[in-house]
Amino acid sequence: MTDFRQARQGLVQRILEGKGTASHAQRRAAFDNAELEEPMHTLIEKVAGHSERVTEEDITAALASGLTEDQIFELVVCAAVGQVTREYETALLALAAVSKKE
Amino acid sequence: MRLSILDKGHGLGPKMLFALIRAVSRQPVLDVIKLATYRPDFYGALAQGVTHEAMRGPSAWSVGDRELMAAFIAKSNECEWCTRAHAAVAERALSDAAKVSGVLADLETAPIQEPLRATLRMLRKLTREHAVNEDDMRAALAAGVSCEQIKDALAVCFAFNVTARLANAFGFALASPKAFEAGSKYLLTRGYR
Repeated sequence: MTDFRQARQGLVQRILEGKGTASHAQRRAAFDNAELEEPMHTLIEKVAGHSERVTEEDITAALASGLTEDQIFELVVCAAVGQVTREYETALLALAAVSKKE
Repeated sequence: MRLSILDKGHGLGPKMLFALIRAVSRQPVLDVIKLATYRPDFYGALAQGVTHEAMRGPSAWSVGDRELMAAFIAKSNECEWCTRAHAAVAERALSDAAKVSGVLADLETAPIQEPLRATLRMLRKLTREHAVNEDDMRAALAAGVSCEQIKDALAVCFAFNVTARLANAFGFALASPKAFEAGSKYLLTRGYR
């Protein structure tokens, strides 16, 4: 699935390095689930770990902190793609380790 | 949806598309379409490419198997919206509603082949625990799954673990069975792009 790998890398590169309304540093922090202040810390943590627990209040609090809807949209996307990228890469490493040994 | 821009912030092109969808399907526009068409240069267009490659690109897994994986991953993510949407597609692709409902009810007793069952176990662990290890991979390989099949299944998992997170976070509104049915017809005919 060479095309999948390229498409996935293109998505990651676009959301982190392309034009956006949130800063590159904010998007990177959401992607890495690191160095975020409240209330974004709580929202991003939930998106990454337990997205089913995200509430209306989490979004309302993010808006009240001064972020725009577009910034929240971008940061939530970065958080989702970032977490899933880590999971995907961990799984591929486990598969490669087994393949190498056998 | 929890962000009003995802409901009403689209440009003229997507708005015309929504009108067409409503006219042809006689159903409301699904929230996933609203997400994919909002600022598509940032996320939607690229994400559709990723999902299309995972779900319709070359693979030893059938389209039906991959749609079943998508529904199962959605259930493991507690994403009701995605579970219903992809169960509808899987049922149509496999022409076997009992297989789909069996997998979603109890993976261990579902009427499926062992390689698919072992793969779904591994995907469920990755989805719920956010990691898998070498033993998990050995278990899948021992069940007869090839390395390429594991990679292909991980690609499906990537696409739907992202989508489920966004559906949950943005608060996708559950659609009617008829709306999911219309969506499933489209996805089987046209794919995800």
